[in-house]
Amino acid sequence: MQSLTLPLLVILGLTISGYFLAKTRALQVAGGDIRKLVSLPKQHALNTVLATAIPPVAAILLFSVYNRLTEGTGSWLFTLVVIALAVTGFALSLIGIKVQTRARTFAERWILGLLIFASTIAILTTVGIVFSMLFETFNFFEQYDWKHFFFSTSWSPNFRGDSDLGIIPLLWGTLYISLIALAFAVPIGLFAAIYLSEYAGSRMRSVAKPAIEILAGIPTIVYGLFALITVGPFLRDYFASPMGLGQSASSVMTAGLVMGIMLIPFVSSLSDDIINAVPQAMRDGSFGLGATKSETIRQVVIPAALPGIVGAVLLAASRAIGETMIVVLGAGAAARLSMNPFEAMTTVTVKIVSQLTGDTDFASPETLVAFALGLTLFVITLGLNVFALYIVRKYREQYE
Amino acid sequence: MKTSLLTTDARTRKRNAAEARFKAYGLGAIIVAMFALVILLTSVLGNGLSAFKQTFISLEVALPEEKLDKSGVRDLEVMSKVTTIGYAPILRNALLATLEAQGIETTLSNKDIGNMISKEAAATVRNRVLANPDLVGQTVQFDLLASGRIDGYFKGRVTMESAALDANTSPEALEIAQALADAGIMQTKFNWNFFVWPDASDQRPEAAGIGVAILGSLYMMLVVLFLALPIGVASSIYLEEFAPKNRWTDIIEVNISNLAAVPSIVFGILGLAIFINFMEFNQSSPLVGGLVLTLMTLPTIIISTRAALKSVPPSIRDAALGVGASKMQSVFHHVLPLAAPGILTGTIIGLAQALGETAPLLLIGMVAFVREYPAAFTPESGLFGEASTALPVQVYNWTQRADPGFVERASGAIITLLVFLLIMNAVAIYLRRRFERRW
Repeated sequence: MQSLTLPLLVILGLTISGYFLAKTRALQVAGGDIRKLVSLPKQHALNTVLATAIPPVAAILLFSVYNRLTEGTGSWLFTLVVIALAVTGFALSLIGIKVQTRARTFAERWILGLLIFASTIAILTTVGIVFSMLFETFNFFEQYDWKHFFFSTSWSPNFRGDSDLGIIPLLWGTLYISLIALAFAVPIGLFAAIYLSEYAGSRMRSVAKPAIEILAGIPTIVYGLFALITVGPFLRDYFASPMGLGQSASSVMTAGLVMGIMLIPFVSSLSDDIINAVPQAMRDGSFGLGATKSETIRQVVIPAALPGIVGAVLLAASRAIGETMIVVLGAGAAARLSMNPFEAMTTVTVKIVSQLTGDTDFASPETLVAFALGLTLFVITLGLNVFALYIVRKYREQYE
Repeated sequence: MKTSLLTTDARTRKRNAAEARFKAYGLGAIIVAMFALVILLTSVLGNGLSAFKQTFISLEVALPEEKLDKSGVRDLEVMSKVTTIGYAPILRNALLATLEAQGIETTLSNKDIGNMISKEAAATVRNRVLANPDLVGQTVQFDLLASGRIDGYFKGRVTMESAALDANTSPEALEIAQALADAGIMQTKFNWNFFVWPDASDQRPEAAGIGVAILGSLYMMLVVLFLALPIGVASSIYLEEFAPKNRWTDIIEVNISNLAAVPSIVFGILGLAIFINFMEFNQSSPLVGGLVLTLMTLPTIIISTRAALKSVPPSIRDAALGVGASKMQSVFHHVLPLAAPGILTGTIIGLAQALGETAPLLLIGMVAFVREYPAAFTPESGLFGEASTALPVQVYNWTQRADPGFVERASGAIITLLVFLLIMNAVAIYLRRRFERRW
């Protein structure tokens, strides 16, 4: 990092002096008469500033990535190139100042370049996600048989080696919990949305809608703590123990219920949008035939909104599958293939956290498996999202 | 069969009943949702409000020279050789003397009486003495932390029955505590230190605070603000105002809406692989946390900024172009200022999301036990490079501890976090109401 100080200082010095020099020089070439200039002096100054600063800073970014790739450190050559870039931009833009120079256009080209760069960061993020996980997953499958990973029904990592790393029990836990969460959230969210958009008066709406939206703004760690200290012990003492189904406070049911609460606002706000998009004329037609309100909703509105609602449910499912903190605190850590909802089970996300926190050794399959799990999670949720967005978008066009 | 308009027939009754049932289901759903919200909030508040209060013992502590300063010349080097273990008996003696003065009799051993004072108290006294060596030889009034169990007794967490089964305390100790409280020597009062103190070790929940966590969260929010806002606004401007409609911009748009739905833990894996393993930034530093959260918040900010830009009517742009502004000038001089309130609102909501995010931070090592306040800049570790923790991660951390006192701390930290979120969202709503323009 030490080698960066000098180039950065040079860039800073050149930019500041470039600003004032360009302004003075622009006035000078116009012979002091600002009206002769095609571009204002401040636009010449802006052009000089951008031309001096952008190329070397871009070079620094590129070089630091290159250095990490080649395990090299900063060299004098690199410093020289950066400073040379700054000086070149500085000199060229200053020499280029003439009466006819269209500095505004040049400066705006630099700015446009910056804007384009900013918009590619989203792409770079996705590329980063995919590559970082692909790379380590590849390393993992070199040490561990992929058939075993996808089809083994036992998960017992052992840091002395010889572990069983089968994803099936984790996927089972994930799906079971998500299923319970959806079974709780979808009816409630849907009915709440129907009531709010079709029945509730404006006063009721003004209270209930923000209240439900508050649920959406609460961080998941709060839900996790709620599962851990309230819901878990409650379910154990009043349901699991009396029924003889288990003694564990963390269970599939605990995590599923709390996650269901988290998903209510998600389902209800999405369905609300979709129900509101059904044209009023369809309702009026149904009323005109003598249908009651609930008959209209059940037989006209819901069928018309069904694709959108399915999309909303899929989005909620992808949320549930990728949720971490609630399951870390509420579901337990034991990988198990069981039907009993009051037993502790574990999920893909819980295992990603447990394999990557604490002492990690990036050469052992026990750590690398987390990347394979992450990639699996990413692929599943991405698939669900793309499919859901496709359905929702297709449906929206139908009535527009 | 005769029918009348005045009497409803069976089928109508059935349909009306179905109507009423359906409506009741809807109302029921809303009640369940509201009930869940109320239970959630009462559970957190009920568990956490007591974290803001703390039990203190005010003791007259004699600081004997022969124990604390063998040199007798107040040489700091010699004095600092006396560790907290050396201070503990002094505090115990002070408490015993107080008990005697108050006429409180007990069968409890002296060691158990000493355990009523927090282990942290010895460190407090030691720091005070080392900061002001002249105290040695005097008798000084100290407000010292009571141990976690005694504190729990005054908050209702520990009862006589539970104390009888507890190896760390006993009913006799609680009786002494009650007697001291009656005499006004032991007091439970508001505890500002909760917001200032760093985390404490497993044995002393009474001394744990969220100072480091708040500082770490603040640093991360600064990183997010200074990176996500400019990048988000710049890329929205490009996509909304300049981008040609082609396959490349289509890819960017689909990509952004998908990024918004990627599970947060995946961003944690990205941060671990790219920023820590590849770029070799410091583990558990607010810089890496901030970078990860920036990437996570970017889609939120881009989506809301684009909505804000879209809501500025085209006539504004046309007017600017008409008087000779370039496209870039029309955007930066006219459209952007008019869209600013919407952008700001979206940014605050994005920041609020980032503030509450936990899962990705676990993966980049922010679960580490950190007692040192992280500096914003040091020459060795760079900008925001010192190990730190964050509010939601601190909550997670405390839920993993054995002592039940930490549950209270975790809930207290959650309340603090929720208050921050409430303030941020309220500001966002206020800004929207105050500055939003309808065209």
